[in-house]
Amino acid sequence: MVHQYKLNGCNIVLDTCSGSVHVVDAVAYDIIALYPEKSGEEIISAMLEKYKDRPDVTREELLSCLEDVKALKDAGKLFTQDTFEPMAFDFKNHHPVVKALCLHVAHTCNLNCSYCFASQGNYQGERALMSFEVGKRALDFLVENSGSRVNLEVDFFGGEPLMNWDVVKELVAYARALEAPRKKKFRFTLTTNGMLLDRDVIDFANREMHNVVLSLDGRKEIHDRLRVDFAGRGSYDRIVPKFQELVESRRGQDYYIRGTFTHANPDFTKDVFHMAELGFRQLSMEPVVCAPDDPAALTEEDLPIVLEQYEILAKEMLKREKEGRGFTFYHYMLDLTHGPCIYKRISGCGSGTEYMAVTPWGDLYPCHQFVGEEAYKLGDVWQGVVNTALRDEFNSCNAYARPECTDCWAKLYCSGGCAANAYHSSGSIKGIYAYGCQLFRKRIECAIMMKAVQAGLGPAEA
Amino acid sequence: MERIKTLETRDLNQSLRTGGCGECQTSCQSACKTSCGVANQQCENTGK
Repeated sequence: MVHQYKLNGCNIVLDTCSGSVHVVDAVAYDIIALYPEKSGEEIISAMLEKYKDRPDVTREELLSCLEDVKALKDAGKLFTQDTFEPMAFDFKNHHPVVKALCLHVAHTCNLNCSYCFASQGNYQGERALMSFEVGKRALDFLVENSGSRVNLEVDFFGGEPLMNWDVVKELVAYARALEAPRKKKFRFTLTTNGMLLDRDVIDFANREMHNVVLSLDGRKEIHDRLRVDFAGRGSYDRIVPKFQELVESRRGQDYYIRGTFTHANPDFTKDVFHMAELGFRQLSMEPVVCAPDDPAALTEEDLPIVLEQYEILAKEMLKREKEGRGFTFYHYMLDLTHGPCIYKRISGCGSGTEYMAVTPWGDLYPCHQFVGEEAYKLGDVWQGVVNTALRDEFNSCNAYARPECTDCWAKLYCSGGCAANAYHSSGSIKGIYAYGCQLFRKRIECAIMMKAVQAGLGPAEA
Repeated sequence: MERIKTLETRDLNQSLRTGGCGECQTSCQSACKTSCGVANQQCENTGK
């Protein structure tokens, strides 16, 4: 499948099944658009007519361009047939291994953010902290079910995981002791609102956490609007200096300043730029996930604003990079040469199969966003997955599982999208979240445009 | 090719033969937690 688009002065042609990216001039752009349906002579006539004022557009030159298109097609870099679909259904028969757990070490929180998908940390249930025994059993479950996988991932999540910090530290120590005898490597992530960050947490996180995800929504007035404590006081002034201290002492290790934007700030690039002004360089900003009737929910009116914002962000990032003050944005991080293989692109995020969430009581759910949905309970860390029908449903949830994705050029970038988003939007994990799809496609277009410019193939002024 | 410049990319068809080790990061463990970031991941198999 071929997708063509123009952005920031670049004419881009994606051959989605080979993963090829071509940056072309306007003439080649038109030729490629006509190529599947028209003969060579028809294309030449159409181009000579359209570009009659351009002396460089001659019959010989057009023939040469047509030969180039054919050469790319013959080389499997253009108009590549989609032969992956049968493989997607083979995945159904694979016995899944578990390689990543989201440990909900605290179903409680010290902030009271109204837009929280975890319902202020308790996931619509009892407030609770995970005991060391439950966490230890979860780590054993992970190792026992990880097959030959070496790299295992554990995210300390909540609620607010720092409200159960001693257990986090004990679990890290327990996991480290498992590494050599079981020939595994643990990578830990801590996701925190920052309220309880102190020197002890920072030192431990810098020593043990492969990644830290720090929640900040951007400008003070935006952040403090929703990220408030139970007395209604904004948290910005209390967390920003702590985040700065943590990031400064992280010495190149991964972190993300992660924000959520809502109907209150569809102009979210101002918040991303504010994060950069605070000295942060690894940034992420996510559209809110909430019920459509929630006042924070993004609306149809917000959509064109948000789409434009992604373009503004990409252009500004290129500009700042050139000026030596660049930053990274999670959704624009594409590694075109060392990115995911086709198996990963088809199978997706692994929710419900290789990735699961564990509640403070040891119950297993397909991912953190399904916690609290009783129908989506997979089992527990003692018995393992008992609802195998549910696991099989997630196992078959891939880039080819949804009819809406059949003709979508982006399906090998999103793998069919987030199952939780689909469920909340359509009632089925095999539905789609159409609003999110539009944002996703725009982000990929922007990210690839940035690659073109960074390769020196963009407009001179970019 | 005068009018067409091709960026260096990983050939997905080729990755049928070299990929599938399953060692790469689970996308939700990185930064998003509320969308699918598979495209934003890196391959862990340096010998691919």
